[in-house]
Amino acid sequence: MVDSQKPGLLSGGQVSRREVLKKGLIGAAGLTVLPAVIAACSSSAATPTAAPTAVSGQLTGKLTLGNNHSDASDLAGVKTINAAFKAATGLDPTMNTVDHNTFQDQINNYLGATPDDVFFWFSGYRMRFFADKGLATPIDDLWAKVSANYTAGFANSVVGNDKHVYGIPVDYYPWCIFYRKSVFSTKGYTVPTTWTDLLALCAKMQTDGLTPFAFGDKDGWPAMGTFDILNLRLNGYDFHVGLMTGAQKWTDPKVTTVFQTWAKLIPYYTTGYAGLTWQQACDTLVRKTAGMYFLGLFMTGEVATVDKTAVADIDFFPWPFFGNTYDAEKALDAPIDIVMISAKSPNLAADLVNAKAYCQFWSTGATQMMMYQANNGFIPTASDADTTKLDVLTQKAVQIVSGAQRITQFLDRDTRPDFAGANSMQSFLLNFLNTPTQDLTAFQKSIQDFWDKLPNYTG
Amino acid sequence: MSVTVMAGQRTTHNRARRRLSRVGLHIFLSVLAFIFAWPLLYALYMSLRRYGDIVANPNGPFSLPSTLSLDNYTFVWNSYPFLGYYWNTAVITIPALILTLWISSMVAFAISKYSWRFNLLVLMIFTAGNLLPPQVIIVPLFRLYNLTFANLPAIPVLSQLSDNGRIYDQFIGLILIHTTFQTGFCTFVLSNYMKTLSKELVEAAMMDGAGVFTIYRRIILPLCTPALAALATLLFTWIYNDFFWALMLFKSGDKRPITAALNNLSGQFFTDPTVVAAASIMAAIPTVVVYLLLQRYFVSGLTLGSAKG
Amino acid sequence: MSKLEPQALTPAPTTVVGARVASPRKRRRYSLLSGRDKILLFFMVGVPLAIFLVLIWGMTLVSVGLAFTNWDGVQPIKFVGLDNFTQLFTTYPFFWPALSHNVLWLLVFVFFATPMGILLAVCLDRQMRGTSIYQTIFFTPVVLSLALVGFIWELQYSPLAGNGFIDSALVSLGIVSPANAPDWLGNSSINIWAVLIAASWRHIGYIMVLYLAGLKSVDPSLREAAAIDGANERQTFFHVVFPVMAPINVVIVVVTVIESLRAFDIAYIVNHGKNGLELLSTLITNNSISEASLLGFGSAIAVVLLVISLVPIAIYLTRVMRSEES
Repeated sequence: MVDSQKPGLLSGGQVSRREVLKKGLIGAAGLTVLPAVIAACSSSAATPTAAPTAVSGQLTGKLTLGNNHSDASDLAGVKTINAAFKAATGLDPTMNTVDHNTFQDQINNYLGATPDDVFFWFSGYRMRFFADKGLATPIDDLWAKVSANYTAGFANSVVGNDKHVYGIPVDYYPWCIFYRKSVFSTKGYTVPTTWTDLLALCAKMQTDGLTPFAFGDKDGWPAMGTFDILNLRLNGYDFHVGLMTGAQKWTDPKVTTVFQTWAKLIPYYTTGYAGLTWQQACDTLVRKTAGMYFLGLFMTGEVATVDKTAVADIDFFPWPFFGNTYDAEKALDAPIDIVMISAKSPNLAADLVNAKAYCQFWSTGATQMMMYQANNGFIPTASDADTTKLDVLTQKAVQIVSGAQRITQFLDRDTRPDFAGANSMQSFLLNFLNTPTQDLTAFQKSIQDFWDKLPNYTG
Repeated sequence: MSVTVMAGQRTTHNRARRRLSRVGLHIFLSVLAFIFAWPLLYALYMSLRRYGDIVANPNGPFSLPSTLSLDNYTFVWNSYPFLGYYWNTAVITIPALILTLWISSMVAFAISKYSWRFNLLVLMIFTAGNLLPPQVIIVPLFRLYNLTFANLPAIPVLSQLSDNGRIYDQFIGLILIHTTFQTGFCTFVLSNYMKTLSKELVEAAMMDGAGVFTIYRRIILPLCTPALAALATLLFTWIYNDFFWALMLFKSGDKRPITAALNNLSGQFFTDPTVVAAASIMAAIPTVVVYLLLQRYFVSGLTLGSAKG
Repeated sequence: MSKLEPQALTPAPTTVVGARVASPRKRRRYSLLSGRDKILLFFMVGVPLAIFLVLIWGMTLVSVGLAFTNWDGVQPIKFVGLDNFTQLFTTYPFFWPALSHNVLWLLVFVFFATPMGILLAVCLDRQMRGTSIYQTIFFTPVVLSLALVGFIWELQYSPLAGNGFIDSALVSLGIVSPANAPDWLGNSSINIWAVLIAASWRHIGYIMVLYLAGLKSVDPSLREAAAIDGANERQTFFHVVFPVMAPINVVIVVVTVIESLRAFDIAYIVNHGKNGLELLSTLITNNSISEASLLGFGSAIAVVLLVISLVPIAIYLTRVMRSEES
């Protein structure tokens, strides 16, 4: 799927590799104020050295890996990487693959009980939460070896509240609006840049017999992406972050505006979205019954699973602007995935050297490119990744992220986990989607009440 | 049996009316039987179809197929370690089943054949516990399962059955909770059953100086064979069908038995309903086959549990 | 010892159903028990009992204790009194929906699924041709796991875009327009009904078999007497058969109530018990065995479930006790 697009990579109009790297890395800062990133960036990360982090030498003993990359393409990528790790070190990690959602549901129990030595997880608040609970092993020594391969944006995303480093960033992906180029060209649609344009396009698509927005919220989290982007665009990054961490209240009229705006979009969603998984919704875009799909870049992996030939026809654009003061932030969700070392693995004492070697292995561009080749939704984070091998879509994603002045992770990664679960935020958002005309004051109060009752935790 | 007795007394008029109502009953039952069979028949039908075929048809799945094939089954079989999932199920179900029958028959024997002060209390503890929703105990049980016993020399057997020094994420852990929960039900059923057995046999044996274990092993167990067979059929189905414990007490995807593994895979399946259908049918086959072959035991097992109460 | 060989024994009864043996309990101690036998008997009962007490009732008590804490599983346990319960009953928006869904579940089982199962049992008790085929078909869903029932019914209920059968059929036949096709599992006001149909599909067969067995054990002479007295079939059932089935009826009631309280798998498979499918059991799981890890809060919900469950359990135990005494 990548090969067909290679010629386009070298054509004109592309930013230089260095430019892409630098900006991409700035953009990928999680919940970090930009000036700090720029300052740090210019000092430390501007000179990626050639493979400073290569792992070699024979390892003995064992290594267990908790893998949440359960989708076929992603699983294949991890397997390729494990094979490469074995070739380099002689050590074959024992992999425990668990369905992505199940892994996340059970993360507390998993980490608190008998986790694997190494596991995949999310950066930001979600990483710090478990680091604070003593469920992750700090890897400052390893970070010292590999930090030259990362810019400050990524560096910040893996630092815990205790200032120790807890993870190695392995990929990131932005949330954008995806569409099929062929559908847009046949129907004569143009990419909307403003909210008004977007609504007009939706109305047009509907009269053309298309579902304007593919949407599948059965798993509860896809709706969070829409809340994030609307809140970021309408109320700005600072308010959004404040809301996620509890500094701002859910009863704020600004939140009301978000829901009121969102209500205008709901009529354009796939019929039966609450009974559809995101994969099923993605399918409607591939089959050209839906016009647009707002999701993370990882959706290209699903597109490839359904119809490999459709990948080349996929394009995307960032969420349109509202024409307010926050337009300039160009803020969006671009979550960073990381690899971490657990604290309570029963074998950790014996496996620690191997675990660190494995994390180090993931810190190289070469390794991350293997994952990228399995699923183009995973953009490498390492500075030495060979970005000439990134396809047009990814180049564009890197550009969009690097153009953003503010980056967030994702609602369920930016706030405390007990607030983002099935019977909390997921349910609240579904409740809103079901009855967007409900009394929003009462609705927002119920969210705030829920927040107020959560056990004290200062993260 | 009652029907034959009464038949002779019926008038011709009554017979005609009865035939009419019988036809009506058959129609009613046939329609209902079709409705009942439909979801499974449809799953079977879907599993033989091609996804492309469904997508291409404007009526979607409400359409006749261009081809039918076993492709979905080979796909599922080749893509996921189904043999391993069946094996996991067997490793959990069979020991749990044998242990449950063994333990509950001993308890039932002891409380039904000998008078104890606390007989009734013991029975009540088991029966009531069996009726508790599992969610009531899951939180502390999960913690208990995660206590490490690796350093306790007192239970060396356990450490050989567990590869992480706990019973969490171990077959032994699942066998333990299944055995415990099901022992409640089986003890109740077996003690009722044993009460119906003649007391004279036991008394005669005791007169001859037979020990308690001999009586249990040589007299009671053989007499209980029908009940044990019926319970075995039931237990097989219940343990095989467990979803909750397997979901909660395993972290390793590849240790899960088939019903929980199916959920683990569902994320990857769900775009293609034909594959979901094939995987569901594959998971359903063992219990349905056991049921069809051992239907008699199955039904008598359920009735044993309820005949006395 | 030779007298004790199995072949010397009377053949075991093939079924106890109908063998309504009211063996009078003799409160007589066996003086023949040797000391060794007593110890053996003690272990036969004592060890399983100890394990059962620890794993089931012990854990139940710990759950009750945790309900008064705000433990997250990692930080030190802190007692918070009745806070969890106050929150549950007042501000937590998913508690009352969950409880009412459990109640609805119970009502549907009591007023639809269970009577339906009884009706089928009565129909099949008439020794007609094809009875065994009907029985096999009605009972097959019972041997499927509830998780599997969830998957199988999702094939029916998925929205149009998910290739669900019902919506495809409705749209293809022109009964509804694609835009109005019901979202059986996603629409929070109808999905509980959709799930209840799937659950009833399994419950009906279960009740049918239980009841059928009971019917077969009813003394035929009772019906004959009723027929001679001129009672029609309905009268015979309600005035003669139903009353003598009292023990089975209690079992049926208990099974129905317990199954309603245990409801978990289908809702969990469909959407983890949210958006109209909240149940007490899924609420417990989502709050405590999940990323949220609100163990104290989850345990408080477990206590509510426990207290409700104790009602049918008590009814059942009373029944057991009464039959033991008689």
